[in-house]
Amino acid sequence: MDISAFVLFWAAIFTSNILLTNFLGMCSYLSVSRELESSLGLGTAVIFVLTVTAALNWLVYNYILVPFEIVYLQYIVFIIVIAAFVQFLELLIERYAPALYYTLGIFLPLITVNCAIFGVSLFMIIRNYSFIQSVAFAAGSGIGWLLAILMLAGIRRKLKEKLVPVGLRGAGISLIITGIMALGFVGFSGIVQIQ
Amino acid sequence: MFQRILSDIALMSAIGVVLAAIMVIAQRWLSNYGEVNLNINGKRDLTVKGGNSLLATLSDNQIFIPSACGGRGSCGACKCKVIEGGGPLLPTEKPLLSKAEQAGSIRLGCQVKVKSDIKIELPEAIFNIRRFHSVIEEIIDYTYDIKGITFKLQQGETIDFKAGQYVQLETEPYEKVKQKVMRAYSISSKPQINDRIQLIIRLVPEGICSTWVHKYLKVGDKVNFTGPYGDFYLRDTDADILFVAGGSGKAPIKSMLEHLREIGTNRKMTYFFGARTTKDLYLTDEFRAFEDVFEQFEYVPVLSHTLPEENWNGKTGFVMPYFKDAIRDPKNTEAYLCGSPGMINAVTKSLIEYGLSEDKIYYDSFG
Repeated sequence: MDISAFVLFWAAIFTSNILLTNFLGMCSYLSVSRELESSLGLGTAVIFVLTVTAALNWLVYNYILVPFEIVYLQYIVFIIVIAAFVQFLELLIERYAPALYYTLGIFLPLITVNCAIFGVSLFMIIRNYSFIQSVAFAAGSGIGWLLAILMLAGIRRKLKEKLVPVGLRGAGISLIITGIMALGFVGFSGIVQIQ
Repeated sequence: MFQRILSDIALMSAIGVVLAAIMVIAQRWLSNYGEVNLNINGKRDLTVKGGNSLLATLSDNQIFIPSACGGRGSCGACKCKVIEGGGPLLPTEKPLLSKAEQAGSIRLGCQVKVKSDIKIELPEAIFNIRRFHSVIEEIIDYTYDIKGITFKLQQGETIDFKAGQYVQLETEPYEKVKQKVMRAYSISSKPQINDRIQLIIRLVPEGICSTWVHKYLKVGDKVNFTGPYGDFYLRDTDADILFVAGGSGKAPIKSMLEHLREIGTNRKMTYFFGARTTKDLYLTDEFRAFEDVFEQFEYVPVLSHTLPEENWNGKTGFVMPYFKDAIRDPKNTEAYLCGSPGMINAVTKSLIEYGLSEDKIYYDSFG
C-alpha cells in the first residue's frame, strides 16, 4: 500500500468515515449523542484512544504476533491491549488530571467496547499499512467519528422541539438521520478510494 | 502440532499476564488514595480507604443508602447531600437530578468517588438501616399473581421500622440472571412484630426479582434484605385519612391499619382498593373486619373491568369519583397512595381538585 499518510488521514475523515461508511462504533454514538457537550468529550476521547491503540497494536502485531507466528490470535490480543490501555489511561487521568477526568475520563469505560477502535486496528492489518500510515489513518478515523457524532448531536438538539412520530422517537429517528448523513458522505467518495 | 498449540497458548497467556501485571501495579500506584476522613452530618467521623464510590464506601461501613440499580447510575435512588470534597457534578449524574437538587449539592452516591476528605449529610433514619438475614417462614397465595411471604429474621435480630416503610430484597442468581439485583417491597406486617416481616409481592411479567420470588423461593430458603427505607409512613395527627392503593400496594396500608389497631384510633378513615376484576381481590374479609375494630373506617373495593358473570354488586369504574363522599373536610384530610406512577399522578390530580393540600398527599410510587 503506497498511499501517502496525508491522503489516508483525509480519506479516513471523509470518504471512508469509520462511522458513516463502515457503521462502526454505533453504540456509544447513539447513546451519547443526546448532548453536544458530552458528544465532544466522548469524541475527543475516541480520537486519543484510537490513535494510541492503533500505534500500540501495530507494534504488538509486527514485533510479537508476526515473529512468533501467532497472527491468528490478533483478535484476542488486540482486544486485551485496548482494554488494558483504556483502563490504564483512566487511572492515570483520574490521578493526575482531575479536571480532564471529569470532562473526558468518565467516557473512557464506554470506549473499551467501542468497535470503531477495534475496527481500525483490524483495517490497518488487513490493508498492510506502515506505522506512519496506521497512525494517520487512526487519527483521521477518530476525527471522522467526532465529526459524525457532533453532527448527530446538533441535529438531535434541533429535533427536541420537533414532532417525531412516536414509534420513531429515540434510536429510530437517529438511525434514519445517520442513514441520510451517510448518503451525504457518499458524495465525497469520488475524491479518493482507500477501501 | 501439539507443541505448537502449547507454545501459542503459553505466549498468549504471557501477553495477558504481562498486561495484568502492569494493571495491578498501576492500580497500586495510581488509585491508592490512602486513608481519608468521611464526615457525616458534622458528627460522625469515619476513617475510610479512598478510591471507591461513596455508595460502596458507606456500605463497607455498614451504612446503607437506597440503591436499586447496583451503582450503575441509572435509578437515581442513592441521592445524598455532599457538602465538601465530592468534586464537580458529573455528566452521568445530571439526567437524574433536578435543577433544585443540583443547586442544593445533591449528588448520586454511586458516582461520587471518595478521593479526599469528604463531608456529607444523611437523614438520621439511614443509620437505622441494616442488612438482615432471614429464612422464609410462610408463603400464602393471595391471588393468581400476588403472594404474601413471611421472612423470619435470624435468631436475635430485630427490625425497627415505621408502618409504610419498605425493604430491599436481594435476589440470588438464577437461570439466565447472573447478577444479584435489589428490589424494593413495602412491609405489610405491623411494626409491633419485630422478629419477622411480611412482604406482598406481585408477579411482574419479565420481572427479575418477582419471578425469582414466585418461581424459586420456598419455605426454609435463606434471603437477605436491607432496610427499612422510605418516608412513606403514617403521620401521627388526627386528620381524616384516605388510603388509595391497588394490587400489592395494599402492603403498606395493611401495615398501617394493623399498627393503628394496636395503638387505637378514632380517626375517620376510608380505604379505596382499585382492581380490575374479582380475581384481583384479596384479604377482603380481613379488611372488612377493620370496619368493626375502628369507630370510623370503611373498606371500599372498586373494580374497573368486572364481567357480568362475576355478579359484582360493589362499586365499579375508577376510584376517583367516589372520593367525594369520603372527604369530610378537605383541609383536614391526609391521603396515602401506593401504586403505579400513572395511578398516583391521576389520583393526586383528582385529590387536589377536591381541595386537599398537596403536602398532605403522601405516596409510594412503584417506579
